[in-house]
Amino acid sequence: MSVFINARLIDPETLTDTFGWLRVENGVIAETGTGTPPKGDIIDCGGKCLAPGIVDLGVKVSEPGERHKESFASAGRAAAAGGVTTIVTRPDTLNAIDTPEVLEFVERRAATDAIVHVKHMSALTKDRAGHEMVEIGFMKDAGAVAFTDCDHVVENTKVLQRCMTYARSLGVLVIGHPQEPTLSKGAAVTSGKFASLRGLPAVSPMAERMAVDRDIALVEMTGVKYHFDQLSTARALPALERAKANGLDVTAGVSIHHLTLNEYDVGDYRTFFKVKPPLRSEDDRLAMVDAVASGLIDIISSMHTPQDEESKRLPFEEAASGAVALETLLPAAMRLVHAEQITLPALFRAMSLNPAKRLGLDCGRLSVGAPADFVLFDPEAPFVMDRSKLHSKSKNTPFDGARMQGKIKGTWVAGIRVFDAT
Amino acid sequence: MAFRQKHLLGIEPLHPTEITTILDVADSYVDLNRQANKHSDALAGMTQINMFFENSTRTQSSFELAGKRLGADVMNMAMQASSIKKGETLIDTALTLNAMHPDLLVVRHPHSGAVDLLAQKVNCAVLNAGDGRHEHPTQALLDALTIRRAKGRLHRLSIAICGDIAHSRVARSNLILLGKMENRVRLVGPPTLIPAGMNELGCEVYEDMEEGLKDVDVVMMLRLQKERMDGGFIPSEREYFHRYGLDAAKLAHAKDDAIVMHPGPMNRGVEIDGTIADDINRSVIQEQVEMGVAVRMAAMDLLARNLRAEKAAANTGVMA
Repeated sequence: MSVFINARLIDPETLTDTFGWLRVENGVIAETGTGTPPKGDIIDCGGKCLAPGIVDLGVKVSEPGERHKESFASAGRAAAAGGVTTIVTRPDTLNAIDTPEVLEFVERRAATDAIVHVKHMSALTKDRAGHEMVEIGFMKDAGAVAFTDCDHVVENTKVLQRCMTYARSLGVLVIGHPQEPTLSKGAAVTSGKFASLRGLPAVSPMAERMAVDRDIALVEMTGVKYHFDQLSTARALPALERAKANGLDVTAGVSIHHLTLNEYDVGDYRTFFKVKPPLRSEDDRLAMVDAVASGLIDIISSMHTPQDEESKRLPFEEAASGAVALETLLPAAMRLVHAEQITLPALFRAMSLNPAKRLGLDCGRLSVGAPADFVLFDPEAPFVMDRSKLHSKSKNTPFDGARMQGKIKGTWVAGIRVFDAT
Repeated sequence: MAFRQKHLLGIEPLHPTEITTILDVADSYVDLNRQANKHSDALAGMTQINMFFENSTRTQSSFELAGKRLGADVMNMAMQASSIKKGETLIDTALTLNAMHPDLLVVRHPHSGAVDLLAQKVNCAVLNAGDGRHEHPTQALLDALTIRRAKGRLHRLSIAICGDIAHSRVARSNLILLGKMENRVRLVGPPTLIPAGMNELGCEVYEDMEEGLKDVDVVMMLRLQKERMDGGFIPSEREYFHRYGLDAAKLAHAKDDAIVMHPGPMNRGVEIDGTIADDINRSVIQEQVEMGVAVRMAAMDLLARNLRAEKAAANTGVMA
């Protein structure tokens, strides 16, 4: 029995930030309080923040197929170092996770190698090709928590409609990547002054809104549980707001990079800033921050995407998209807290509580009965990010050399310490 | 010395005085090129490698001639036919070449930013001979030299850049250079060929050609880059010529002494009427080619001077 004392308890359910203690028994939160703590194995939090561990929806672990980029072991260590206690993996691997056999393989790998919880998503269509739906029922039975083709948009609306209708009958969550596929084909950056000067193929931010409109119409038609993996433009938000007001079961996420970086960060063709969708204008970034603070956007994800040096050290158009972010998610998100754009409990609502709720997991909370998955961090501690110190096998972070504030001190999964910075 | 660059990757990093320095040196090379003995030894003992990842006849021969006239050992590498086909990455190609100790590397590449990337990996001076839709600095410099010699100045002029802006690195470099030298720049073309956000860059955008040419000093035509178009930018070449091709009627809206420029190769009857292109009173298209050699000689000369100074400083242990 361990007792965490002297802690700032960040509770996303009650949206409170209170000084107190927390007692853990058998990997579950048994009791919390503010007065004199009970006896037990004392863990002194030193007045720092104790929050429910992050549930990261949309992590790419490169197994099967590209284990040199990231394995379950390395992703698990990176997650622990970043305060992420549950990884929800993406199926955009080589091959795609689109059969129960492949799903069983990754589940076994994750169970033996990863030091944090791992949940898996399944592809929505076979090989993520957008033609035929996967065995949604079998995949659900085998443990898939959601269905998504990731950045491959199902172009054929009829196929998507059938997938959604079938998924609705099984009550599973479908996740889509809102991007009008023909308009965004080949694009590397967002259209505008910067893209024009750099001479890079660009996509209008409107491509996102168009896809949001289509998908919402299909949700209305089919009644499926639906989540947008990443919204990144202000123009997509009114449609989301209307859909929620109309009672549709729709939620939306945003990546940490679209909350903390903008299109100009690409600078002189820095490929570590090439992500999908591309980084947007500063106005869009601020709109996303506001939408998270207000709760319109439900979930913040790392969109952790490991890429090796070879796939990034190329001309910008040819370079691979994506950035590693498991370890930088919380420190980067702390920029929004320090800028007083969001409170700590609201931040953990978007990083822990909401993703857990959306996937039907009982974690992401600090209340009695919840699993003892925690992150302990010092919100003020400054440091300079050094990519060579990352636990990920791939080091493609856009934050190399960045000054950050907010250091992770420790991470617990089911009451067991999996990361210790001291 | 008023030219401090290690590479010539674009117009964007240049200071206006550096542009003027290049043009002044180029003027002297124009004189040299018109003499019987065209040789100088500015690059004597140096090695120049031309790496063209994209087909080019005009630019490559201009660079080759410029290097040879300055006494460099010049080597041409047709990169399309070489290791790229075998799967070698750009950086490995660069490292391989670097090991051969070139002094000047002239690079053209189909992707924007590729020349910048290459320049980070080699020890020699790199000249951008065109990267994707990004920049083509020597073209903008030779255009500037042509304008300066024809108009007697390179400031407070009204200049219309017309046609396929979207696919043109020439347009971008010219836009930046002419802006830095304090000219008024207009972009004229169909909206499908004008990229987003151009009006935020300090130029005026016109969709009507006659309006766009009104009272300009310089008409700069661009080639319609059919090979870069993956579908549906204009309805047809004949409609394009009708609405945006430069003919006598449209040119009449410009100033009476306005000059006509084109970076070549021309599509006669698509973006420019043949009679205008051949009109020696208006067209400076042949001068542009002549200035091209001189400007490239000037740019390589200045980069070589900086390279020598850097090496001398390294040898004596003095910080450059």
